[in-house]
Amino acid sequence: MLNVVVFLPLAAAALLVLPGVTARAAGRIWLAASAADLALVITLWTGYGGGLAYETRVRWIPTAGAGYHVGVDGLSLPLIAMTAVLFLLCAVQSLREPTRPKAYAALFLFLQTVSTGLFAALDLLLFFVFFDLSIVGMYFVIVGWGHGDRARSALTFFLYTFLGSLALLLGFIGLYLAADPHTFDLADLTRRPPDAGAAVLLAIGIGLGVKTPVVPVHTWLPPAHTDAPAAGSAILAGVLLKMGTYGLARIAVPLLPGPWRSYAWLVILIGLVSVLYGALVALAQENLKRLIAYTSVNHMGYVVLALGAAGLAGGPARAKELAVTGAVTQMVSHGLVTGALFLITGVLWDRAGGYALGRYGGIAGRAPVLAWLTAVAAFASLGLPGLSGFIAEFQIFTGVIGSGAVVAGALSVVGILITAALFLRVLQRAFLGEPGELTPRVTDVRPRELAAIAPLLVLSLLIGLAPRPLLDLIEPAARAVVALAGR
Amino acid sequence: MSPSLWLLPALPATAGALLIPVRRAAPALSVATAAATLGLAVHAAVTRPSATARLIFGEGLAVDGLSAVMVVTVAAVGLAVLVFAAGERRSGRFHGLMLIFLGAMLATVTATDLVLLLMGWEVMGAMSYALIGYRWRDREHVRSGAVAFVTTRAGDLGLYVASGAALAGGGGLALAGLPGLPPPWRDLVAGGVVLAALGKSAQGPFAFWLSRAMVGPSPVSAFLHAATMVVAGAYLLMRLHALLAVTGWAAAVVAWTGAVTALLLGLVAVAQRDLKQLLAASTCAQVGFMVLAAGVSAVSGGAAHLVAHAAVKSLLFLAAGAWLAALGTKDLAGLHGAARRFPLVGVVFAVGAAVLAGVPPLSLWVTKDAVLAGVGQPGLRVVAFAAGLVAALYAGKALAEVWRPADTATATGTATGAGAGAGTGTGAGAERRASGGVAGAELLPLPVLALVAAGFGVVGLPAVHGWWSRLVGDPGAPGLTAGELALSGIPALALVTAAIAVRPGTSAFPYAGGVFGRWLGLERVARGVVWGPLLGAARWVAWFDERVVQGAVEAVARAGLGAARLAGSPFEAGLDDLVRRAGGAVRRLGGLARRPQTGQVHTYFAQAVVALVVLAVVFAIVR
Repeated sequence: MLNVVVFLPLAAAALLVLPGVTARAAGRIWLAASAADLALVITLWTGYGGGLAYETRVRWIPTAGAGYHVGVDGLSLPLIAMTAVLFLLCAVQSLREPTRPKAYAALFLFLQTVSTGLFAALDLLLFFVFFDLSIVGMYFVIVGWGHGDRARSALTFFLYTFLGSLALLLGFIGLYLAADPHTFDLADLTRRPPDAGAAVLLAIGIGLGVKTPVVPVHTWLPPAHTDAPAAGSAILAGVLLKMGTYGLARIAVPLLPGPWRSYAWLVILIGLVSVLYGALVALAQENLKRLIAYTSVNHMGYVVLALGAAGLAGGPARAKELAVTGAVTQMVSHGLVTGALFLITGVLWDRAGGYALGRYGGIAGRAPVLAWLTAVAAFASLGLPGLSGFIAEFQIFTGVIGSGAVVAGALSVVGILITAALFLRVLQRAFLGEPGELTPRVTDVRPRELAAIAPLLVLSLLIGLAPRPLLDLIEPAARAVVALAGR
Repeated sequence: MSPSLWLLPALPATAGALLIPVRRAAPALSVATAAATLGLAVHAAVTRPSATARLIFGEGLAVDGLSAVMVVTVAAVGLAVLVFAAGERRSGRFHGLMLIFLGAMLATVTATDLVLLLMGWEVMGAMSYALIGYRWRDREHVRSGAVAFVTTRAGDLGLYVASGAALAGGGGLALAGLPGLPPPWRDLVAGGVVLAALGKSAQGPFAFWLSRAMVGPSPVSAFLHAATMVVAGAYLLMRLHALLAVTGWAAAVVAWTGAVTALLLGLVAVAQRDLKQLLAASTCAQVGFMVLAAGVSAVSGGAAHLVAHAAVKSLLFLAAGAWLAALGTKDLAGLHGAARRFPLVGVVFAVGAAVLAGVPPLSLWVTKDAVLAGVGQPGLRVVAFAAGLVAALYAGKALAEVWRPADTATATGTATGAGAGAGTGTGAGAERRASGGVAGAELLPLPVLALVAAGFGVVGLPAVHGWWSRLVGDPGAPGLTAGELALSGIPALALVTAAIAVRPGTSAFPYAGGVFGRWLGLERVARGVVWGPLLGAARWVAWFDERVVQGAVEAVARAGLGAARLAGSPFEAGLDDLVRRAGGAVRRLGGLARRPQTGQVHTYFAQAVVALVVLAVVFAIVR
């Protein structure tokens, strides 16, 4: 069934390219495929019994030791579910895309297969193929449907992340060569970790670090976000960034436990710098989309920080497990909340065609529902209890400090204070106060937009108030990651 | 175990969330919810239930003696405030947010571990933001809300660190287990808790946010000062007084911060010209006594002071709110004669002010002495005693000003209801539409609060004192002696009398304006020392990011292109040609950004694959 989940969107995309499919029909197919995919993922989740499940292993390139091997566990299933939700809601928001609607739908369906496939992949080459295809897909989304200086942004995005992926491939080859017998199979490699050195970790770290992104290899992110269409930004931030941190948790930590432990302090430092740097730069932004992009750097920094703490020598295992659980929760939470924030910027662009905070003001008067949605999303992003961000970040802070990284943990906490200040500034400048220059053009959300944005926030609220179903799924996997890191 | 305890915070919070879009029925529904919540609180106080659930670790709520006192106080003040607000017919947004605020405070005071405590604690902060900035069209109001949220959250960071330290220390996050942690972690936890509590309670350097918070509607001020937010910090310190005591230093820090805040913010209160600002500063000062009580482990006195203060402060703010609505001003000069014009409000305000002053035999006189009875250190005792006398001064000032006969400065609050300018209060400090009258139902809570405020001193009676001390978990609290009571009561009475009799020529006391009038300049310090540098750092880092980090990336890209071109052009072409080409290359650089648009991604792909293969080969060979 997992294979169906992965390839159903691609099949739908193939259907779209057939001649004779009208734009209306294309929209319906897109929506139906995404909805069916989500339904299948829910079935997967309810039927999941622990461990590695829904495995498929087929020979693919036996001479290279690579196979088509997919499966899910507590690490990947939450992300696959979040991916399905986000793609469906992006479909809802962009159903009436005026420019080349068929190609747009096909591209998103393609990206959905690629993203789901990456999270399900249990083979390094398969992972790499999906990793690279995601870059290609997103390049076309930005260049084809973006705005502003989209060609330049898309090219920067493509070259930067593609170069990163080359480093990743080098690292994978290193893993392959170090393994005995030579193989790309993740499950086999996890069982018997290859005796690879720090150079391999460096290559993999660069590849995944660019994608995450961590400071200082993050500068492709703000222009890509600013010039991408809203749904593209939502997918880029919500799903594609997770590929980096997911790769760290799935590949770097379990396969390279020795080097990871040796350089845990460096990972923690990179995470901490990303947290504070991302928050500070975001505080100084005038452009709403750039601002949200930098908060992504901040939020993904917490994930890196937590995964670094998992590699610390000593410290109670309980605390490290908490940190890793928090990291995975943060990936899900960030996907939902930042997805919602970017869809909200899409509404503003649609109405007024601008992202400059200073040109808005008092939107709450013209568009109260939009203002409420933004307020909830902003508070979710700044980690208010009752919403998903708190559950994630509280576990990360407590776990990181509990693992023994007291100074790094205590400094990273300052990140949520800066995030609070910057989101309140957004509300104050754009949504409250007296109306600004662009405010008269803003009308409230349409039902379709509400149907796209509200479910993300409802899910964030559910996770914030009743996190157990999610945490019960993640915790065994987090325990496994910590155990693998300690080998 | 009784899962129904979850209803206590969940009922007001859920009802509040649902109430936000409601229009007409909101006040009635909110009062009904608050009444039901009070019922639940009383029931919980009697039955003392506990409940657990698993969010992250296994969290729980429980009602012990101290929590029982808190839930009843919080729910009762909540009901009183919402009844008052219902008279003003505020919107569903107002009532909904207030109910969530109430639910968050109830969760905070019943939480048995740091997770749930922090959840209630931070939601309170967010609700205070939304309520202080309730009139959101005024950017200054929104900014005041943001100042409140960001300032208190700066303190809240301490609780995040404390949670991590508790875990690192090997213990759980249960509040009861915190004093038993091993030393370095115990001190870190205590430090975090103290920071969070002082921030929330507007003590010491954090006091300024409470001054900004006064732009919020009066019922919000009443609730915020009397029974939520500000007293949450004092509650947490009292709850964890054993932790403070076991570290040694934390107890001393807390006790001194409380005493010094009581004295200095008391002087700030004396210097205010605005009634709400005076009351706000007096809150800092009075909460200082509770914080002092936690520092010296005088929980019996501190809890009694908290309850009595909750009654008196909600009473005073609601009275001020009634005048603000009727006369359109909260300026003390503008309020001359206000008490005579609205005698019911005037009388209850007088009772409240007398209680605040510590006049015998009213409640704060007794409870403050109960706190002082626990203070052993002479220096600390002197500061706290002086702070008690200052209370008599500011309360006396407020009392005298509103009961003076009307004069030229008085706000008239004439409301004719039609025509431009009509309905606007005139006189000093007029700032909002005046209704010219005080409605009926909204005043219902005032006499009740006045009765409690005046009479709560019964906890000082020997028969009651023992029961109360056992109730709040401080059975060894020393009883009060007549000598001590006389020592504080007689000067208080004298000072209030003096304040009324002096009738200074100007409406404000002579030292208004100076550093005390400006709240010790605390906000300027915070802006100059924290916010300004932070914003400066943000701008600098943003510049660095754009110019240096991104600049380096672009330089690498340019260097790559340049190198490629250099390799492509034959050197035989001569130096002239090279120079010319270099010039041309620079010119073409701009155009290059457009080139890849033509769909040449596949070339990059191809190049990359070639590079990749080469690298892979190199890798394989080197190994």
